[in-house]
Amino acid sequence: MGRTLTYWQAIAEATVQCMEADPAVVVVGQNVDDAKGSYGTTRAAYERFGAARVVDTPNSENAVAGICIGAADQGLRPLVVHTRADFMFLAMDALINLGSKWRYMYGDQGGVPVVMRGVVGRGWGQGATHSQSLHSVFGHFPGLYVAAPASPADAKGLLISALRADTPVVLMENRSLYATEGEVPEEPYTVPFGKGRVARPGADVTVVAASLMVHEALRAAELLAGQGVDVEVVDVRSVRPLDEDVICSSAARTGRVVIADTSWARYGFSAEVAAVIAEHVPHALRAPVRRVTPPDCPAPVSWPLEEAFHPGAQKIADACLELVGGDRSAVPALAGVDAGFIGPY
Amino acid sequence: MADPAALLRDMVRIRCVEEELADLYRDEQEMRTPVHFSVGQEAAAVGVCAALREDDLVYTGHRSHAAYLAKGGDLPAMVAELYGKETGCARGRGGSVHLTDRAAGFAGSAAILGEMISVATGAAWALRRQGSRQVVVTFFGDGAAEEGVFHESLNFAAVHRAPVVYVCENNAYSISSPIAARQPADGSVTARARAFGITAERVDGNDVAAVHAAARRAVAACRAGQGPAFLELDTYRWREHVGPGHDTGVDRPREEVESWLERCPVRRAADALRPGAPDVEERLAAWDEEFRDETRLAVAAAKAAPFPAVDRLTDGAYGSPVHAS
Repeated sequence: MGRTLTYWQAIAEATVQCMEADPAVVVVGQNVDDAKGSYGTTRAAYERFGAARVVDTPNSENAVAGICIGAADQGLRPLVVHTRADFMFLAMDALINLGSKWRYMYGDQGGVPVVMRGVVGRGWGQGATHSQSLHSVFGHFPGLYVAAPASPADAKGLLISALRADTPVVLMENRSLYATEGEVPEEPYTVPFGKGRVARPGADVTVVAASLMVHEALRAAELLAGQGVDVEVVDVRSVRPLDEDVICSSAARTGRVVIADTSWARYGFSAEVAAVIAEHVPHALRAPVRRVTPPDCPAPVSWPLEEAFHPGAQKIADACLELVGGDRSAVPALAGVDAGFIGPY
Repeated sequence: MADPAALLRDMVRIRCVEEELADLYRDEQEMRTPVHFSVGQEAAAVGVCAALREDDLVYTGHRSHAAYLAKGGDLPAMVAELYGKETGCARGRGGSVHLTDRAAGFAGSAAILGEMISVATGAAWALRRQGSRQVVVTFFGDGAAEEGVFHESLNFAAVHRAPVVYVCENNAYSISSPIAARQPADGSVTARARAFGITAERVDGNDVAAVHAAARRAVAACRAGQGPAFLELDTYRWREHVGPGHDTGVDRPREEVESWLERCPVRRAADALRPGAPDVEERLAAWDEEFRDETRLAVAAAKAAPFPAVDRLTDGAYGSPVHAS
């Protein structure tokens, strides 16, 4: 067993290591220099490099996105932190209309390698405008890399890849993952964009997921193992580029696919995965694909509604059972991954 | 002019409500939604809203409780919203940052910085176009004044003479970031408003009488078709950015926090009142009891109220369907 870190510690370590290796890397964002340090992720960088390279900004997401694109155009590697991903909508004009297109529309003479981290809230009534998962939105646009790491090791490896890439990157981090622990190598390493992994092998049904839903899928898989249902969990890690091979080969093996996601079904990550399967391995399916996503409404605050809104292990297990024709009543109920969480945040 | 005692009473009410709620929030963990308390900033909401008519409108940012209450928003509905109940002002869907009481003219609050600056501008524009004499007020912080939408909205309002009063509650912090780290030292939010040709005043935001007098001028100008108007109110939040705790000595220097505690808007208004009202301390004590009781009743009602039914989860995302004609 190697060294373990929490998810936030892995991000903090990757940030410091990249800043040590590359003097062009700067951390930019609101309150990145304070005692909380973006849930701890920017604190070590601030302590090590100070305000010259960990830069607190005004509340100007639109301009800051453009400013960082300009800075990237002139040799810096800005790592922009949004502690609430929902504020990234304010940054979208610069990031989408310029950042993602820069290389292509100026004739491939160089890119603007801005990295944007966005933290997705969940639970504690964070509601309609503080708990949106934007990987599907950003995943729509060519010219961006978009990843949603599930494990501390991937959070580190993908951030290091992002800060070495010559393409703009969006990293979506679910706040509920920050305290999770996992083995993380000490030395710097990269996890490539567009390379998924089988997080758990299984023979009966595939669950495709990213970020938090990988953990929910693993919990569902454990539960169902007790019922004789063998679930394979595919963690795509990146949303764009998307590892079609790992998805399709798993789907071809099991013939049954559940796609679990924290963003809405329509035009979302789950729709894209279903389309990939329909295009490449339609005959492998022994049952229609099932999607486990939030329902078609904004996130509510009231906690019974919120609990019903957020997809989790229970709904994934139900969907798997439905596909294999299993008996729901035999399966014990699961608590949400956030159970026991004490606010506020 | 509003009665100075009435202004004081309204501030005491907001103070009592928020202090009661902050304690319960911390101790019970049953209000499961992020809250941004206005404790220390009551003079802004009270002084401004006392200059408004009932049919005037208020839109705010996330720190919304004080303006909601000052505009006449229903207290039990606000408390129920924090508890996520069906009886909440947004039926438990919106939480502390999405308060609304349309009947009281509190149109809404929103969590993303600066959004309501533009929305209030649009509301004022629409009202003026329709010949209304209503005035719109929007409350926001110094942090929101850094957003592009602030500048774009002021520009539009100035061109269209929208009857909107922009009220910047400058509490000198954006979460933990001091204003000196975010805005030029020799500038001011007021100066930026003036650059658009908007009449702007910078006022001691903890002096409720001064706030009220300035607000009356601003509202009168807007009502007379000479809008928009701008107020920058210097104040200070006593608690942390979000939640019931304090960040004294962590994000903000202790001496600084304490210097502002000494400038308590409630205490100052009481001191100002004392020469003509020697019984002011008795009145304060009575109000304190009255409003803490009122809050406890609202809390009890909220706790007794039902949660929204889970099978109504997706209701309300859309209006009525449009049928073929």
